Amino acid sequence: MSILINKNTRLLVQGITGNEGLFHTQQMVAYGTNVVAGVTPGKGGEWVLDGKIPVFDSVKIAVEARGANTSVIFVPARFAPDAIFEAADAGIELIVCITEGIPVQDMMCVCGYLDQKGVRLVGPNCPGLLTPGECKVGIIPGDISIPGNVGLVSRSGTLTYEVLYALKEVGIGASTCVGIGGDPINGTNFIDVLSMFEADPYTEKAVLIGEIGGTDEEKAAEYIADHLTKPVVAFIAGQTAPPGKRMGHAGAIVEAGSGQASDKIKALQSVGVRVATHPEEIPDLL
Amino acid sequence: MKLHEYRSKQIFAKYGVPIPKGRVAATSIEAKQIAEELGGRVVIKSQVLVGGRGKAGGIRLAKNSQEAEDVAAQILAMEIKGLPVRKVLVDEAADIDNEIYLGITNDRSVHKPVMMASSEGGVDIEEVARKTPDKIIKVYIDPLLGLRDYQARDLATGIDLSRDFWRSFGQVAMGLWQAYQSNDATLAEINPLVITAQKNLLAVDGKMLIDDNALFRHPDLAEMRDLDVEAEAETEARKYGLSYIKLGGEIGCMVNGAGLAMATMDIIKLFGGEPANFLDIGGGAASDKVAAALRIILHDPSVKVILINIFGGITRCDEVAHGILSGLQEVKTNVPMVTRLVGTNATEGRQILADADMITAETLAEAAKKSIAAAKGG
Repeated sequence: MSILINKNTRLLVQGITGNEGLFHTQQMVAYGTNVVAGVTPGKGGEWVLDGKIPVFDSVKIAVEARGANTSVIFVPARFAPDAIFEAADAGIELIVCITEGIPVQDMMCVCGYLDQKGVRLVGPNCPGLLTPGECKVGIIPGDISIPGNVGLVSRSGTLTYEVLYALKEVGIGASTCVGIGGDPINGTNFIDVLSMFEADPYTEKAVLIGEIGGTDEEKAAEYIADHLTKPVVAFIAGQTAPPGKRMGHAGAIVEAGSGQASDKIKALQSVGVRVATHPEEIPDLL
Repeated sequence: MKLHEYRSKQIFAKYGVPIPKGRVAATSIEAKQIAEELGGRVVIKSQVLVGGRGKAGGIRLAKNSQEAEDVAAQILAMEIKGLPVRKVLVDEAADIDNEIYLGITNDRSVHKPVMMASSEGGVDIEEVARKTPDKIIKVYIDPLLGLRDYQARDLATGIDLSRDFWRSFGQVAMGLWQAYQSNDATLAEINPLVITAQKNLLAVDGKMLIDDNALFRHPDLAEMRDLDVEAEAETEARKYGLSYIKLGGEIGCMVNGAGLAMATMDIIKLFGGEPANFLDIGGGAASDKVAAALRIILHDPSVKVILINIFGGITRCDEVAHGILSGLQEVKTNVPMVTRLVGTNATEGRQILADADMITAETLAEAAKKSIAAAKGG
């Protein structure tokens, strides 16, 4: 009932001994995610969570010893690009990078390399993924969503929680929720996720949560027109944002000639996507 | 982060891009001295981080050092689009035959740097890009390979540059690429790159934007931040790791997460209110950060009500509640507050605030409507 992550996910946590890494490993394990290993260079041989999860010095060793197929990254921004390269080279198929604040030129190198290797990256600067009832990779609170048939894809973190919660309040559940992150350069875009939702038999409808900056929403609109048979509902944040000012996310800025919310809304509406005026309207539109 | 023209050009020069002789001056006397050293005609350029300096009278020619002193004095007394002119650049004036545009930036859609050139350089390059996009020639650079020589030649031929200049143009393009890459720029631009009467290429103007996220490896550049371009409160917010943008309205907003903060502003507007600011307290906001956020919002005299919208994830609502209380002890205020706490430890958070005099809301729409009512004195 999902895309990208499910009960067969064997998760590795890079940066598992740090504050955030450890806290969220606990949360993920409590949710039922199969966390098989952690990596912190220099701490190989230790165990965390009362001896439940072994820590290794490198991703390569962790993969060999524990058969991890997915990695989630909690290491600080200046070390995160290296962590992504390491995971890709060790044969990890899906890398989820939570880390915020990675330099954009580093991300261009990372994306170029990963494209060549055919490895999927979600993020960076994202809340991760949640397949309700099965698996949680990242920091999305587990109790704000229930299993269901709506696929969500979003550039935002807490705004996604808001929507998941609003859906749950009226009894609507999610197949998978994918936070693709708020950076200008990221590994997975709307189109990647929408095509997976289209192919997933358990996803019947999709919700797209976009924001100002870039033209990914416009491109998604074109893709929806040509390839999607399932209905899509959207919300775009930043309709009142002034041009030239960065709204928190590195990618959320209206620049000369592009990135405005109004253009994105128009593009989506023109291909039959219903666009909510505020997040709590999304359940009604579904 | 934007760099001043003179800083950008100094960086370009380090990588072999020819720039005019000149120096920066903070007083008209200094400007006169520089003009004397240079001899001949000079151009006096205000160093402020806004576009349209020339049209505002902030870039002027001077025939000799005496005139340079007078012109510099006038420009240094100016304010351009609200920014005081604190420095002027005194450059040797070039004899211009032709003006080219050359720039490099990140193309987010292809995940690569793109270098662009145009034979139509000068002040109206944005107009050119809009009306005749075919006059802008682009090459996409593989970040792992860097700019290749053939790509620089492709640009030169694309803008019909005479063969005599291919070599020097290649050097300029390579220097600009290196300046961009080595300094983690998100934009590096020479406009115009002039062909002088003496048949040399010269970067007469320069502009660089540096990736804020990369400043940890460029402490020298981090010190060059010009605080004039941001409101004092924005500088203060940055110190606490908060992201704050002042807007025009009267409903102060404190939200966790950029997307939710924007959505909160939008819904206020949707129901007929005006947000006073964008403020993202970030993830895992500790109580001292929340207190600082409150102080910054209340510093804006037009704020009539504060809407606090927290969706707990990593951020714990009880910690935010403690932050609000400690902030209120520090800044005494009569401004009404509307709070909405949802998610991690929301129940605990609401209990902590139960004794404080606050309006509470369950949904985002309810929070927005109550804030608007409170702002109108209802």
